[in-house]
Amino acid sequence: MAFTLNVNGKALVADVDPDTPLLWTLRDTLGITGPKYGCGIGACGACTVHIDGVARRSCTLPVSAVGMAKVVTIEGVGGDAVGKRVQAAWSDLDVAQCGYCQPGQIMSATALLKAKPTPTNADIDTAMSGNICRCATYTRIRAAIKRASGQSEKV
Amino acid sequence: MTLQPTGASRREFMSVTAAAGGGLLLGFAIAAKAEAAETAGAAALNAFVRIDPQGVVTIMSKNPEIGQGIKTSLPMLIAEELDVAWENVRIEQADSEPKVFGLQIAGGSMATPLNWESLRRVGAVARAMMVQAAAQAWNCPPGECTTSPGQVIHKASNRTASYGSLAGLCAGLAQPDPKTVPLKDPKDYRIIGKPMAQYDTPRIVTGAPLFGIDVRLPGMLYATYVKAPVFGAKVASADLAAAQAVKGVRKAFVVEGGTNLAGLLPGVAVVADSWWAARKGRDKLNIQWADHPTQSQSSAAFARRAAELGAAAPQKSLRNDGDVAKALAGASRTVEAAYAYPFIAHAPMEPQNCTAAFKDGKMEIWAPTQNPDTGRGMIAQLLGLKPEDITIHITRSGGGFGRRLNADYMVEAAWIAREAGAPVKLLWTREDDMQHDFYRPGGFHFLKGGVDAAGHVVAWQDHFVTYGQGDAVASSAAMGAGEFPAQFVANCSIGQSTMPLGVPTGPLRAPGSNALAFVMQSFIDELAHAAGADPVAFRLTLLGTEGMVGKPPAAYNAERMRGVLKAVAEQSGWAGRGKLPARTGMGVAFHFSHLGYFAEVAQVTVANSGKVKVDRIWIAADVGRQIVNPSGGLNQVQGAAIDGLSAALYQKITIENGAVKQRNFGDYPLLRMADAPPVDVRFVMTDYPPTGLGEPALPPVIPAVTNAIFAATGKRIRSLPIDPSLLKA
Repeated sequence: MAFTLNVNGKALVADVDPDTPLLWTLRDTLGITGPKYGCGIGACGACTVHIDGVARRSCTLPVSAVGMAKVVTIEGVGGDAVGKRVQAAWSDLDVAQCGYCQPGQIMSATALLKAKPTPTNADIDTAMSGNICRCATYTRIRAAIKRASGQSEKV
Repeated sequence: MTLQPTGASRREFMSVTAAAGGGLLLGFAIAAKAEAAETAGAAALNAFVRIDPQGVVTIMSKNPEIGQGIKTSLPMLIAEELDVAWENVRIEQADSEPKVFGLQIAGGSMATPLNWESLRRVGAVARAMMVQAAAQAWNCPPGECTTSPGQVIHKASNRTASYGSLAGLCAGLAQPDPKTVPLKDPKDYRIIGKPMAQYDTPRIVTGAPLFGIDVRLPGMLYATYVKAPVFGAKVASADLAAAQAVKGVRKAFVVEGGTNLAGLLPGVAVVADSWWAARKGRDKLNIQWADHPTQSQSSAAFARRAAELGAAAPQKSLRNDGDVAKALAGASRTVEAAYAYPFIAHAPMEPQNCTAAFKDGKMEIWAPTQNPDTGRGMIAQLLGLKPEDITIHITRSGGGFGRRLNADYMVEAAWIAREAGAPVKLLWTREDDMQHDFYRPGGFHFLKGGVDAAGHVVAWQDHFVTYGQGDAVASSAAMGAGEFPAQFVANCSIGQSTMPLGVPTGPLRAPGSNALAFVMQSFIDELAHAAGADPVAFRLTLLGTEGMVGKPPAAYNAERMRGVLKAVAEQSGWAGRGKLPARTGMGVAFHFSHLGYFAEVAQVTVANSGKVKVDRIWIAADVGRQIVNPSGGLNQVQGAAIDGLSAALYQKITIENGAVKQRNFGDYPLLRMADAPPVDVRFVMTDYPPTGLGEPALPPVIPAVTNAIFAATGKRIRSLPIDPSLLKA
């Protein structure tokens, strides 16, 4: 079945079964491989994308439920001023180790800062609780969110 | 400068030899002309370095990148001695070519100690050739020339030449002797010791396709592979037709497989146009598995058997110094305790995957691997190919932690691709990954110890019950006879008994140490408590007054350990811990592994519910005289400590009926943001060669936390993961 999706500001057509998760539609059909597969049950956050500005787990979201909602992936988030700032903070603080989870972390952090421009530590804990970093770069993730929101990075 | 392609392959021009132990390659030849055929005008100075006319320097990174930052830190060594500006350096991941690059493994935190000198010499040789080329062009003695980043300078005649303009002139120049080429004085370092962001950071933060899972080839199909929950069980029946009826599925087939748990195990492959289609086909297979002897094994039965074995004499003695029985009898206080830790899984964020293409008798592999050449050997043997007919491209790995030292998924991908007759990307589900790991083995220790009236440890006895068959201990399930505090206690006996195991085990970040430090440093804490001593002072006494104690493989520099222990006590405000509120406590532990000396303090607060919150961790680390990349190094130490916390608080794999019970992150939780404490790290600089940072920070954090729990609650944690129900107020 052909679905027309709005991904990173472009209309893209994917011919997939309706139950195909958005993650696999993006990765295998559309070649957008920034969102990552980690668990397939919405428990790790590696697949996080924005659907109309809200952070969602694309591994459990059927493509048929997306409609014409605006899908933004890590490849497109730099087109947004907040997203760009978050990516820059991640680079400045050399956050990543393996880097596999970081697209999802950046998408969750960007959604947080768009909703709460100066989050508290508790806000960060809550908003980032769905994203696992197996390398445990949490210290730098927190610092990067603080930096991107213009707050002191001290913990 | 334009070099004419010769059509010859790069390798034919390289006369490189790998020295024993992976230290490398100090006899390479110039390959400029050959290299030009491949790289559009850049001149290769050796296997690692090429420079284009604009002065862009490309450095090959030989080792697999799994998040330890090696793709940045090893090229830093070359760039420093080559004397170039870091911003002009481009880094390329090398393929698996041991004849060219030597040992290419991500394991044992060995990359820094093995390459620290040899890769600096690679850079220094290339720099010396730049100098020679300039001196020849200027008709002056090379000794009159100096370099500044990216250029050769002849002060007397006020001339300079960029490396880009010189690189093409190096062909035919005599190669300086790498063994004697001068190296920089460390005070002149411009790159080593400076915090450098990971080279791939710009691509990581924009989602570029860097990982194995991101590989896409023309005509590529996608595969899933189903193995028995019981390790090694064969396929009795499978409904292949039902799987093949699913839209998009090209082929479903049974793989006979073998009995080597690290090799190709029996299973069913489903190959499809997309991974989701393969996944849906898989759900229709209705596989029946044959019975297998391992299905009689369970974690509960192992614990019962371990208790029986622990109560009897050890099957084997690993060490017997002095007279432990007599020393225990004469001790003023004795302590007896049983410790246990579970199997745990690596669970790297990127599930196992591999892409393989088989054509005209040659296999091409793209693998997120820590150990590519082992994969090549296994594929060659299994498929009857010559090793030289197998090309292995090393992709970035989404975490490794030791899991990708094994090559089971590479063998599976190669087999399936050949059967499918098309390039195939095999991707495991998270559940496949959780249930088909090479687990950190569990273990059991039955300990007795004694202290005298002065607070000295006078007796230490450990009966270690582990997995194996007789003397053959399962992978990463062994304990060395020199495990601390052996060699520091005059009356010390270590015995071992084994239980047969049908579950594959393997190295996990700081193998052995990640469990043994918990046991030894906890029991030392128990003895300190029995002696009524300060846990830091007690440990300093135990470490004695000597410098080097023992010989390899049990050589232990007690002076360095005392150094980090004193440092962490000062850094953490240990002396002031009496002022902490109720149910808050500090604990200390130290451990030597992977050539690094680490002492750590944890502060925890235990809620009345029993929930443990780690407030802060302090780490003092001695890895020698130089931190190659302070940014990456700090990240490794902080990450390893929090990784250790995750193991302490949550991680546990349970065997039931020969299979792993846990399936995904719901029942195998990993630590998340809210649980991650600040980690203060202090590097204690000593005049020893630099060593690695990927692993040694992990082991001491676990006992530091459990000892802190004791300080906070008076309750001793003797089994992992920490059970909050034991800690209720």
